[in-house]
Amino acid sequence: MQISPDNILYWQHGFLKLNATIVFTWALMLIMAVGARLVTSRLSTGPERSRWQNLLEVVVLAIEKQIGDVGLKEPRRYLGFLGTLFLFVAAASLCTMIPGYTPPTGSLSTTVALALCTFVAVPFFGIEARGLAGYCRSYMEPTCIMLPFNIIGEISRTLALAVRLFGNMMSGEMIAGILLTITPFIFPLFMTVLGLLTGMVQAYIFSILAAVYIAAAMESAGPAGKAGTASSTP
Amino acid sequence: MLIDWFTVFAQTVNFLILVWLLKRFLYHPILNAIDARERRVAAALADAAAQRDEARLEYQAFQQKNEDFERQRRSLLAQAAEAAKSQGQALLEDARRESEELVARRREALSKDFMRLREEILRRTRDEVFAIARRTLGDLASAGLEEQMVDAFVRRCRALTDQEKNVLRSSCLAGAEPVLVCSTFTLSDGLRETVERTVREVLACDGEVRFETGQDLLCGIEVSVNGQEVAWSIAGYLAGLENNIGELLQV
Repeated sequence: MQISPDNILYWQHGFLKLNATIVFTWALMLIMAVGARLVTSRLSTGPERSRWQNLLEVVVLAIEKQIGDVGLKEPRRYLGFLGTLFLFVAAASLCTMIPGYTPPTGSLSTTVALALCTFVAVPFFGIEARGLAGYCRSYMEPTCIMLPFNIIGEISRTLALAVRLFGNMMSGEMIAGILLTITPFIFPLFMTVLGLLTGMVQAYIFSILAAVYIAAAMESAGPAGKAGTASSTP
Repeated sequence: MLIDWFTVFAQTVNFLILVWLLKRFLYHPILNAIDARERRVAAALADAAAQRDEARLEYQAFQQKNEDFERQRRSLLAQAAEAAKSQGQALLEDARRESEELVARRREALSKDFMRLREEILRRTRDEVFAIARRTLGDLASAGLEEQMVDAFVRRCRALTDQEKNVLRSSCLAGAEPVLVCSTFTLSDGLRETVERTVREVLACDGEVRFETGQDLLCGIEVSVNGQEVAWSIAGYLAGLENNIGELLQV
């Protein structure tokens, strides 16, 4: 049994490699981009619209509302990053119903990449909103003594994001695999359904945590407190 | 090792590309469509609100016009009723006046008819009286009516008082007009001579004496000279008869 889809190699040349994580990610990207393109190529601005357009509008508006509920003033500015985080993780989990599919989010490399993106996005949006000095000053609040703790908190929460998603996705896969060998009929089905639920919850948690971190960086209060609160989420 | 840094880098790039792709093909088109729809809905709502306001204004204007029309209608009705009333009164007045005129005309016509009838009755009565008197006198006394009338006239003249005679004589002397003797019937020459002799005797006048006959002049014999008259007639009898007949008709 493979713990990570990184170990499933299709092609390698030097340090360049093409593993299952990258291949399934490309597949997901292709499906999502082509699907979005097909639906949005015939968009209607009137009261009559297709069910696929309805579905996408519901999804996009729900994400936008969630971002707004977190406390970000202009949700559309963050919709690209946070919405893509949610849709990518959710699509990766949803496709586990397909036989032979391995979710790329079950790879620690993918979750680390997503966490690193969040790690970069938080100061990017913070500096964009408050300026470089303002954002850097937030690390020394309420006192300068808190600077190392805030930096450690920033790194640790990024790590926690990555490990949380990876652990949840990988554990579901592992348990399903183990149960498949022991009781090959009933329990794997339940575990797959449970994995679907877990995957959707994790997609929600991951994107909401990223939104909370960005919102914390946008506010005048120091990010440590908010980060600490958010890190306590399972 | 669970972390493959090449895969981390590749997945980071993949994620960024996915962000761009979804922005390009999903978020922007969907949000633009939603915004366009919201704008259309807002425009439709604003248009509906404007139409509602316009309709309210038109409704108010219509209501105002209706009230004006109603006021004008009432005013015109009141004027028409007043005009009809005054015209009705005028018509009634005209009708009353015409009726009164008609009644007056009818009364006048009736009065004329009555007068005509009265005259006709008088004339016929007179004729009948004369005819009866002539026949009665002829049958009973073998005398003519004309002779008896002349005789009565002569007696009437001779019975005049001296004062009356003086008045007649002075009238005869003052004027140059002839003495006019009018009778209902044509007098014979003998009777004319008797009348002329009596007149000349009473009036003491040598002037011309002219005789005239007229059915409508009187019911007897009359002598007139310069406005002074002496006459014998049955007019008094006929007047009494007329009164009696009038009383009988009124009853």
